Amino acid sequence: MPRILELPASEIVRKVKVQEISVEEYISECFERIRTADPKIHAFLTLTEDYALMRAREIDSRIRRGEKVGSLAGVAVAVKDNICTMGVRTTCASKMLESFIPIYDATVIERLKAQDAVIVGKTNMDEFAMGSSTEQSAFGPTLNPYDLERVPGGSSGGSAASVASFEATVSLGSDTGGSVRCPASFCGVVGLKPTYGLVSRYGLIAFANSLEQISPIGRTVADVATVMDCISGHDSRDSTSVNTGPTSLRSHLIEDVSGIRLGVPKELFGEGTEEAVSKGVWNAINRLIGLGATCEEVSLHSLKYALASYYIIAMSEASSNLARYDGLRYGFRLEDDDCDWSEAYSRNRREGFGPEVKRRIMLGTYALSAGYYNQYYLRAQRVRTLIRQELSRVFKNFDLLASPTMPILPYRLGEKLRDPLEMYMCDVDTVTANLAGIPAVSIPCSSHQGLPIGVQFMAPPFREDLLIRVSYTLEKNLELDLKPAV
Amino acid sequence: MKVNTHMAKEVITLEEVRRLAWLSKIKISKREERRYLNEMSEILEYFRMLDEIDTEGVEPTYHVIELVNVTREDAPQQTSPDSLLEIVPVMKGRYVKAPRIV
Repeated sequence: MPRILELPASEIVRKVKVQEISVEEYISECFERIRTADPKIHAFLTLTEDYALMRAREIDSRIRRGEKVGSLAGVAVAVKDNICTMGVRTTCASKMLESFIPIYDATVIERLKAQDAVIVGKTNMDEFAMGSSTEQSAFGPTLNPYDLERVPGGSSGGSAASVASFEATVSLGSDTGGSVRCPASFCGVVGLKPTYGLVSRYGLIAFANSLEQISPIGRTVADVATVMDCISGHDSRDSTSVNTGPTSLRSHLIEDVSGIRLGVPKELFGEGTEEAVSKGVWNAINRLIGLGATCEEVSLHSLKYALASYYIIAMSEASSNLARYDGLRYGFRLEDDDCDWSEAYSRNRREGFGPEVKRRIMLGTYALSAGYYNQYYLRAQRVRTLIRQELSRVFKNFDLLASPTMPILPYRLGEKLRDPLEMYMCDVDTVTANLAGIPAVSIPCSSHQGLPIGVQFMAPPFREDLLIRVSYTLEKNLELDLKPAV
Repeated sequence: MKVNTHMAKEVITLEEVRRLAWLSKIKISKREERRYLNEMSEILEYFRMLDEIDTEGVEPTYHVIELVNVTREDAPQQTSPDSLLEIVPVMKGRYVKAPRIV
């Protein structure tokens, strides 16, 4: 594999600017790599090679003419297939949207293009982002680059696997309950879920609006910070977008954790946590202590209820969001000359949606229906308040909370597919950040039998700077022996 | 499957599963009804752990940020009706063909 594919985004930008290499050469190498690796891992649903090479040549000629280029000039980006790309099929890995071609770009895509990033393709995911393994894709699973018999995590499995296997330099995913941190952990890369409202959701196909954020994935903390600096910021087209003024996460790539107070919630090392994971995470925490951080175990009683609360809210919002798919104006439609509208919609939705999506729509409908609303939906939203309150209390004494990202190592394909609840349980450490709207990062911290292990840090709202600083310091001070198998 | 069907019946019934499918506008087969009953029972049983917390007087969090009405000028934006119509599955002339209503 050519060395250029292993370089961080900032190095690529530097090299193309001084014309040490051309964007065209580098992008061509990316597609060569995709042709070798993707038949094995299936990270992509759609490739945009012609477009990418055209963009590459255009950026090259601007550089040759001495014109100004953007902060991501030439960098190859893979984009999760639930983020709208103008003129490029956006399927949500669902039969329902198999032929859906958006007529506009999501705000994050506009911003990437404005900084001269090059989109190389759309990545595989669990259908409508509902799942934690990328096995629920209507177009077949993505496989873990570290072990092709194991899942890459989900739902942004394609985005994480493509970066881990050097098919793209960075990628975008979306994180509703851990959908970027989980695959980042399983694929040995860095994934950051921003504070709710920091990145525009305009053009992100909605699953659970109050929980989700578009989130960057990279092989290094610096790459993730670079992408965040490009995509974050106020957008008037998303009414939940927050105006924080200009921020630069790159300026927080500082190797210093002295005085940082880490809290370690006992509840996030629950009984389902595998020993190798626990050991790997503690190893990282101890490393930070050695570098000047302090650490104390804490108990956050309400976290025990986070998973149930999260799933009730996410399913309820999903049942409402996915009501729009009737196959009429776009999407999947069967012959319906012989039946009425109710029958027609019900047949389109039967054929267009996969089993997990149907299960969640029905459960969400149940939680919102008369007689059960108070018991499930309203109660879950109240528990969400209790969780937020407990977190804001604990953040008075601690700068960050540290825990495993995933309680378990990447598991074998099919292992958890038969029991939906068992699959949901894997999200136990990640959902809290979404319920509270706080930022969280997963970074590789250890490995066990060649499989990556991720540590998660959570911070108070808008304190991505702390996450970046601590992750960067850890990254610089850990010797990891991680090598993908593809 | 480790679902106790006796207990399952207390959480949700086959009748309710059928009604949910109807409300959700998703056609499901007899076999699927059974499967969903088992799976949904197990999941709802788990959700019921929230019953043990006292939430009396706690305000619900519908959204984590303070939501205020955001308005903008009612100005037309650039979109072409033609490109929108290109992705419509079934049309009659320039109209979207809908299924029979009555």
